[in-house]
Amino acid sequence: MMVNMNMVQSVNSALDNMLERDNDIIIFGEDIGYFGGVFRTCDGLQEKYGKHRVFDSPLSEGGIAATAFGMGINGLRPVVEVQFADYIFPAYDQIVNEMAKVRHRSGGEFWCPATIRTPAGGGIRGGHHHSQSPEAQFTHTPGLKVVYCSTPFNSKGLLISAIEDNDPVIFFEPKRCYRGPFYGDPHNVPTWKGHPEAEVPESYYKVPLGEARLAMEGDDCTVIAWGTMVHVAEQAIKNSGISCDLIDLQTLVPWDKDAIVKSIEKTGRCVIVHEAPKTSGFGAEMVASIQERCFYHLESRIERVTGWDTPFPHTTEWDYMPSPSRISEAIHKTQEE
Amino acid sequence: MVKKKTETLHIPDAPNRPGDSPDFEKWTWTPEDLKRLKIDCSVDDTREHANGLVRVLNDNHEAKGEWNPNLKSEELKIGLEHMLRLRIFDERMMKMQRTGKLSFYMRSYGEEAIAIAQTMALENQDWLFPTYRQPGAQFVRGRDMVSMICHCIGNEEDNVKGRQMPVHYTYREGRYISVSSPVGTQFSQAIGVALASKYKELDEVTITWIGDGASAEGDYHYALNFASIFKAPVILNVVNNQWAISTHSNFASGIQNFAIRGLPYGIPSIRVDGNDFLALYSVTKWARQRAAKKLGPTHIEVLTYRAGAHSSSDDPSRYRPKDSGDFWPGGDPIERLKMHMINIDEWSEEEHLELEKRLDSEVMGAYKEAVKFGDLANGPYPSSDAIFTEVYETPPWHLQEQWDEMKRWRDE
Repeated sequence: MMVNMNMVQSVNSALDNMLERDNDIIIFGEDIGYFGGVFRTCDGLQEKYGKHRVFDSPLSEGGIAATAFGMGINGLRPVVEVQFADYIFPAYDQIVNEMAKVRHRSGGEFWCPATIRTPAGGGIRGGHHHSQSPEAQFTHTPGLKVVYCSTPFNSKGLLISAIEDNDPVIFFEPKRCYRGPFYGDPHNVPTWKGHPEAEVPESYYKVPLGEARLAMEGDDCTVIAWGTMVHVAEQAIKNSGISCDLIDLQTLVPWDKDAIVKSIEKTGRCVIVHEAPKTSGFGAEMVASIQERCFYHLESRIERVTGWDTPFPHTTEWDYMPSPSRISEAIHKTQEE
Repeated sequence: MVKKKTETLHIPDAPNRPGDSPDFEKWTWTPEDLKRLKIDCSVDDTREHANGLVRVLNDNHEAKGEWNPNLKSEELKIGLEHMLRLRIFDERMMKMQRTGKLSFYMRSYGEEAIAIAQTMALENQDWLFPTYRQPGAQFVRGRDMVSMICHCIGNEEDNVKGRQMPVHYTYREGRYISVSSPVGTQFSQAIGVALASKYKELDEVTITWIGDGASAEGDYHYALNFASIFKAPVILNVVNNQWAISTHSNFASGIQNFAIRGLPYGIPSIRVDGNDFLALYSVTKWARQRAAKKLGPTHIEVLTYRAGAHSSSDDPSRYRPKDSGDFWPGGDPIERLKMHMINIDEWSEEEHLELEKRLDSEVMGAYKEAVKFGDLANGPYPSSDAIFTEVYETPPWHLQEQWDEMKRWRDE
């Protein structure tokens, strides 16, 4: 049955379905047990499945990742939460040097099917340490899959795929969109009610990893975004009056080469949007790969609209995050040459 | 597939949950239990002090035992005033948060004695490396309240220029080092601060704090190990207020004593009543003397209770009995010092009321002064140029380019 869900409910529903289906799934993280998580994504799960399957962990991201690693190589399928993506760095060594490489280093004798969920991105007045979007720090690591959901529907389907995947997956949830899409105007706070992507099956389904979603269809420009920026880009495209493909990348590693190539061969123009800083952001990888694959189809240079190469601010975050007007201008620029 | 019903893992729980009555073990500790230690004592000499609880104020509000710091009346009054100032300040800021004038707030409710007594026991040149729950230290070091409010409401006068969330104070003049959100990081960094002072042969001690919850982070253990190896002049406090948001201290350590964890690292360790102003003062003064005499680090568990919510975003009634703080055997630190001062005829209910009134209007006055420079709901904010300044000492070309672009958008 389809139900209108926000992204807290859809993530919760994915976890619920998977706990029901597979006894090897264990969920832990800071404040997620009794309390159900600071964003409530694990609400009710401990009560339903018991403390041995859904439990609070010590405040130790390194310990969470290491324990998930150990459980993973010994046959369980841990799904852990790092409360904010900004707090993932004590776990960085465990994720980058251990989880990501164990399959390779052990000649395929051990592997770690863990999923690390983490709320990311800005727009909640979280300042330096509750706003960052560190996807590029993980896309640069061989052995990890990196997913960034954007809607209730894809969050649930992608999370189920991530959990079932036998490689470690970093799963970013755009916290600004937990309760509604964000169109770049902080004074407009819509909920997910009535949004087509908020119609979510209560039962198990998958959105495959490695496939992008065509969020809008058009002819003259390809706009690529992920997370919160999908919605901001949607607004920008509407404002621009230009016919665009909006590609919600969904999975960053491995990204959907076919969808991107197909779209750019059609439009010949491209704008990439992300809220993380520009330098070495995943947009840089997109630009490089697109020119390798579609050079002769490109009609103009590829534009990037990103967060600045600065820490994320508190009071002035709207001057930091890519706005519909900045994106819209970039779309126009691609039409000039 | 059938759900696995058997609980195969040992998962702890909090002792009480919503609906239960708060059930704290009655304290048997008294101020007479523990001898005052020599500053050059061995780690083993502190074993009893780590397992027990250093108290000075007994249940009848009398100052007793060998740890009594025998403070002058003037010092008691300053301590009481700062604690009350902090409580009234916190209440005002919380109200402002509810009206959107700041994005977020964290009170020190029930823990006011800790940073205030401990900072008073130090010298002004000593470095403070706090968490978000020790803002009271700034009052001791003379910070202007208007400036503190301007930071919290993120206005044009915010000294950290709208970059950090409220309560993430920086106050270099008072040697109060910038607060960072990732929990625990300051604890290990404090060893470096202390070693730098030692290297420079300065009479400076570093004090740092960490919560019971954050003591599960690696940084806690790095700190103890480095401090022990290099004999750093540092005072390492674990503030055990028993809750890290919804996570009970049962999830921070497998043993319900945080003090004794210092012993195997070779660090003299003491547990102190965190709601007892005099005991806190005394133990900290002692630890400072040790550090100053090059006797190395001291590890202190400050036993207390987080009487309020973790922050303005938190609702503790969802995971622990309502008003559980009222049942804490350590009582209220302000009430305890006040009653003690009344007992020794250095204070009266009338004077207390008067002080409350004076502080109320001081806080109100500071608030009115601060909002003149703007607030988060209405602006004006620090200029968004502050996004780009101080990222590096000098902005490199790529940042300069982006800065120009931001200005074009902003000023359009």
